Amino acid sequence: MATQSLLQERASRLNWREALPTIFAILYVLIVFSLLRSLNRADLWFPTYSSILFPLFVFSPFIIFALKIPFALRAVLIAIIGLVLMPILGMQDSFYLELITQIAIFAAMAIGLNVVVGFAGLLDLGYVAFFAVGAYLWGIFTSNANTIVRISGAQAAPELFWLFLFLGVIAAAITGILLGLPVLRLRGDYLAIVTLGFGEIIRILVSNLSNISSNRRNPINITNGAQGLPGILSPPLPDFMFQAVESLTNSLGLPVNNVRAFTYQLFYYGLVLIVCALSALIAARLDNSPIGRAWTAIREDEVAAQAMGVPKVKMKLLAFALGASFAGAMGVIFAARNTFVSPESFSFIQSIFILAVVIVGGMGSIRGAIFGAAIVTLLNLQVLKNFSLQINALRNIDWVVPIIDFPIRNWPQQLEPARYERLVFGLLLIVMMIFRPSGLLPAKRRQLELQGERAERISEKELTADVAEIRPEDLLSAPAAIGEAKEAKAANAADIAEDLPADQPPTPGEGLPDEPKEKP
Amino acid sequence: MPLLEARGVTKRFGGLIAVQNVDYCIEPHTINAIIGPNGAGKTTFFNLMTGIYTPDEGRIIFDGKDITGLKPNRINQAGIARTFQNIRLFGAMTVIENCLVGMHRRLHVDWVQAILRPPAFNRQEREAQRRVEELLDFVGLRDKANEVAKNLPYGDQRRLELARALASEPKLLLLDEPTAGMNPQETAAAMQLFRAVRDEFGITVLLIEHDMRVVMGISERVTVLDYGQKIAEGSPEEVRRNPRVIEAYLGRGSAASYI
Repeated sequence: MATQSLLQERASRLNWREALPTIFAILYVLIVFSLLRSLNRADLWFPTYSSILFPLFVFSPFIIFALKIPFALRAVLIAIIGLVLMPILGMQDSFYLELITQIAIFAAMAIGLNVVVGFAGLLDLGYVAFFAVGAYLWGIFTSNANTIVRISGAQAAPELFWLFLFLGVIAAAITGILLGLPVLRLRGDYLAIVTLGFGEIIRILVSNLSNISSNRRNPINITNGAQGLPGILSPPLPDFMFQAVESLTNSLGLPVNNVRAFTYQLFYYGLVLIVCALSALIAARLDNSPIGRAWTAIREDEVAAQAMGVPKVKMKLLAFALGASFAGAMGVIFAARNTFVSPESFSFIQSIFILAVVIVGGMGSIRGAIFGAAIVTLLNLQVLKNFSLQINALRNIDWVVPIIDFPIRNWPQQLEPARYERLVFGLLLIVMMIFRPSGLLPAKRRQLELQGERAERISEKELTADVAEIRPEDLLSAPAAIGEAKEAKAANAADIAEDLPADQPPTPGEGLPDEPKEKP
Repeated sequence: MPLLEARGVTKRFGGLIAVQNVDYCIEPHTINAIIGPNGAGKTTFFNLMTGIYTPDEGRIIFDGKDITGLKPNRINQAGIARTFQNIRLFGAMTVIENCLVGMHRRLHVDWVQAILRPPAFNRQEREAQRRVEELLDFVGLRDKANEVAKNLPYGDQRRLELARALASEPKLLLLDEPTAGMNPQETAAAMQLFRAVRDEFGITVLLIEHDMRVVMGISERVTVLDYGQKIAEGSPEEVRRNPRVIEAYLGRGSAASYI
């Protein structure tokens, strides 16, 4: 009885200690959130504050996710951050909502690219092509800037958005297979070059499928060329949603100027979150299935994988198709959200950007892809831009840096941080390659619990509740093990001696290294 | 009826004839060895049987089915598994995962099921894992089931390659120099294991080997290749005394006692 109460007391103390990180994490989220809420756009230092605090807020779900608490609890906490705190921040400043939506779009694409590059090891430098396929699929059928819609009147009703979301997935998957077929035999650099070319082909195709570039008055204009397709439709939202958002914002004391626009922002935010979560779920489940294992096997050793019965062709095409489909869905959403697409959005640098997200996060790691998307997007769209804004704001009031007495107006225009986006990016990648080549959140191999051992293990845990690091049987068997090792080494040395010519006796100590240093 | 029959198999690389007009038969439930000096065409012959190369001439019949020119994964499906001379594991994967890949052809692989996870899928995964655990017990790697393959010591990597090959439940197992780099104790243990593969699983074994103790110790039939041609075949004793074999290994005029 006494031992039982002792154990219970111990358990409660342990629980309390285990709860500490969770409490700290929740405190962290609340503090960052309330600091962000208290920011005022008119403040001189607003750009700096917001570009420090918002990334801290974006990292909070990752901190929660890393806690050692039950998955359901983590999911609830993350859902609160994503579905309650984030929209409130969005009501205060809709730019935050824009940013997080952009992060989720890149995260979903990075997860898709991760299937191809991370899981299957097929380096794809033209991934943005699949994004373009989805975006143009919705763009062509809803913008009236092209002849297909104008002449035939085949404009898709905005209600068809959901159907097109599905079609975008299919179209991108088919495009993925079309790319995959000719490059099945290629690997590494060669594959990278061909996929790069494929990405460019799609971009040049969409900028040429019009009557603008050619002199002859070609009657057919499909993509409106480099001018892009304006006026792409958004799916209609039911009226009650607008009303609900309006009453919600009013009751929270955070009225927004344009309820319609804000509701759409919230809608797209929710939609990309769902697509992103689905992508993560699908990718994780594929990874942890015979298909994912076959992909990793192909990545590790193609010849051995085939010799073990893995159908290379089928698996590679599957990787290309499934990886592409995520980008296809995001493309449709992107076109509807932006209401405008042009070939510029699908340039080579975009493919590199998504690849950089995968590399920064960690190849083959789904958490990594999302985290990488957050880092790269924030750096690109918020942090560097805000530094420029900050410098301009300080320039306007003729601020002088204290201590060194440097007047900020003397800061050269050429050194504006926002102009150095790609430089910072490149430096980031180089630093990553030196210090963390496998990414910020590298992929871990899943540890499978051995079935035959399960019962045994649990009972062992119960028995050794007092956390004995050294078990008695280890102590007993250690001298025997060392003795065995010695014997084996002696036998080895004898063998070596046999093989050696007689006039070269083995030097003592060569075949018999020193005894193990640690005494039991 | 032989389990595997190669008829007049030839493979050329440019002007070099790596394997020349080799006829070869393997009877079921036997342990066979192919020996020969370096560059005799042993590994090329393995690669021809497992589909990594396609023979220029000749046919290979396995289990009553012509497998000439099939892709490696189809040949694995037909029931031939192999290990490699320079171990080719999936380095970043764990021991268990390596074996599960070996089981690929035994699993029903469907991406829709992998995403939706119906009970049948989970049952299949559990069942596969259970069988892999049995195999790991067999080769003595259970304790390291969750270790990453590339971190294993050399001997364990060899064992894992064997377990991975066994996971595809082959009828014929090809082992390419399975005891290379092992010390005498490890070699002895490996020989035990190969015998157990045949006796417990009923798998026919064919091995390429340089270690004559292994060849003479466990194989029932030995075939000698030299310059891509079969120069001798028979029981270990017969081959050991065959003057052509001694000549191939040690040169003309050498004494038989050296082997």
